[in-house]
Amino acid sequence: MTTGLKIAFLPLTDAAVLVAAREQGFAEEEGLALDLVRTTSWATLRDRLVFGQVHAAHMLAPLAVAVTLGLSQQAAPLAAPYKLNVNGNMLVMASGFAAALDPDLAARLADPLGTAHDFAAAIGLWRRKPVIGVVHRFSSHAIMLRYWLASAGVDPDRDVVLRVLPPSLTVEAIRAGEIDGFIAGEPWGSAAVDAGLAETVAIGERIWRRGVEKVLAFREPWLEGNPDTVDRLLRALVRAAAWCDDPGNHPALAVLLADPRYVDQPADCILRALSGQIIARTGQPPISSPDFMLFSREATPFPWRSQALWIYSQLVRWNMVAHDAATVAKAGAVFRPDIFRRALAGSNVPMPGASMKLEGAVHMPLAVGSRQGELTLGPDHFFDGRVFDPERIDDFLASFTPSR
Amino acid sequence: MRIVIIDDSGLRATVLEEGLREAGYDDIHIVPPRGAFVARLERMAPDVVLMDLGSPSRDTLEEMLTVSRALARPIAMFVDQSDEAMIGAAIDAGVSAYVVDGLRKERVKPVLELAVRRFNAFAKIQSELDEARTALSDRKIIDRAKSILMNQRNLSEQDAYALLRSSAMNQGKKIVDVAQALITASDLLGGGL
Repeated sequence: MTTGLKIAFLPLTDAAVLVAAREQGFAEEEGLALDLVRTTSWATLRDRLVFGQVHAAHMLAPLAVAVTLGLSQQAAPLAAPYKLNVNGNMLVMASGFAAALDPDLAARLADPLGTAHDFAAAIGLWRRKPVIGVVHRFSSHAIMLRYWLASAGVDPDRDVVLRVLPPSLTVEAIRAGEIDGFIAGEPWGSAAVDAGLAETVAIGERIWRRGVEKVLAFREPWLEGNPDTVDRLLRALVRAAAWCDDPGNHPALAVLLADPRYVDQPADCILRALSGQIIARTGQPPISSPDFMLFSREATPFPWRSQALWIYSQLVRWNMVAHDAATVAKAGAVFRPDIFRRALAGSNVPMPGASMKLEGAVHMPLAVGSRQGELTLGPDHFFDGRVFDPERIDDFLASFTPSR
Repeated sequence: MRIVIIDDSGLRATVLEEGLREAGYDDIHIVPPRGAFVARLERMAPDVVLMDLGSPSRDTLEEMLTVSRALARPIAMFVDQSDEAMIGAAIDAGVSAYVVDGLRKERVKPVLELAVRRFNAFAKIQSELDEARTALSDRKIIDRAKSILMNQRNLSEQDAYALLRSSAMNQGKKIVDVAQALITASDLLGGGL
């Protein structure tokens, strides 16, 4: 018997695994009929999930933590047993602003620390505080932007204006001069570059080599009450993710995503994030960034609890939540490696033995213990060299005090 | 009670505003979610903000509600989180409502119920409009097929229509589908018109 599942998503390239699961038959093989509900704001995606209009959602990982902690309207315990991708964000700034940065685009993207300092200097040259669009306060993008700006001594709450707007409105807003740049998931940065309005200033993958991005979020009680359906969905998604990571499938995937029911942007623009060929300024040759957006390899879908706690540490850092032991536990429990293990036991999907790891400690591909299959972790370091130890959150937070 | 409706669609906002005025609310403002709408909203200091759930600008609005220092009291979504039926009806109708802290739920509930009814009414008008538009384009298609028949087969308009209708009946199809097929065939054969 086929089970119908409604899943809300935003028009973004990293909805790819859900789209492929539906369009390439992976969901059907597991007896699931996916109804993908296109949504244009994170608030509405959150409400559809929290109030039960959909079973699951393509959600910003920090938003899933924030909703669980009661920081974003109605509090509700959410559970994320699956990461839909890592990386995939891009910061673009209006050409006028970017003129003050390194004109060598490849060098600019390869050196986030140098570019952050150039950016700090550019703020002084700009006629007013630059207005930077972020898609949500509880987005990986906003957290990454804050982390990056602060490394150069820029206070994101004082020295720039962060304006919230959904990804699909970013290009129009920069055109209208309402914002001077924005950080968003693809293809929106590339769309602004193609429109001749902006240049790439930084890519997420260079700020944190393996940055947590979207998760598949459920209401926790529903997840607990429907183990069979959840497991089938996760198995379908793992296969869809492997299909999405295969370079041979990227052109077909870009065409699928370009459909008006999904991202509704040109396929060639969408393809760049998938294939890691980033055009940083219109008319320039692409810059290769092979890890720009990952879906499958290196056990990308595995929801490391340490990653939920890294997000939590940043919410504390920016005074968005009070720091105490109970909140730490609640935040960490949003990511559900136990469910991932249950769903994929007995498959050949690489399965980490641990649920937490140091974040930012891997500089070279590293073979690690796996309960099944073979697992190699890719480099996951932060551009500033910090390492996050989930057992020592206080020390990590204390390390930021001087720059704040 | 000051009610602000944030809406792009002139018609939906009008339908909602009319309903609220009929119900005796008179401090109502409509703000389209463009440009510096958040600053305008802040100056208005509303008690209730109503917004289409499908509007992409909800994230922008919520951010303002979170950080605003101009608003005296916090505003949160929906008034009574325990009233699941009400929230369900609101979400189904596509209404999102933000209400200032401390406003009694008995005062807000009628506003929300009215918004739900009016949003539903608007959705009905919208689908009727869409149907009317479809009907109009159906008629254009049939007219074009008729004129092809009139030219090619030298029929009167009445006979052309009768022929389309009888073909449709024989094939168990809608007239507009037969007309469309005829136009396609005629285009393919270079019959033009």
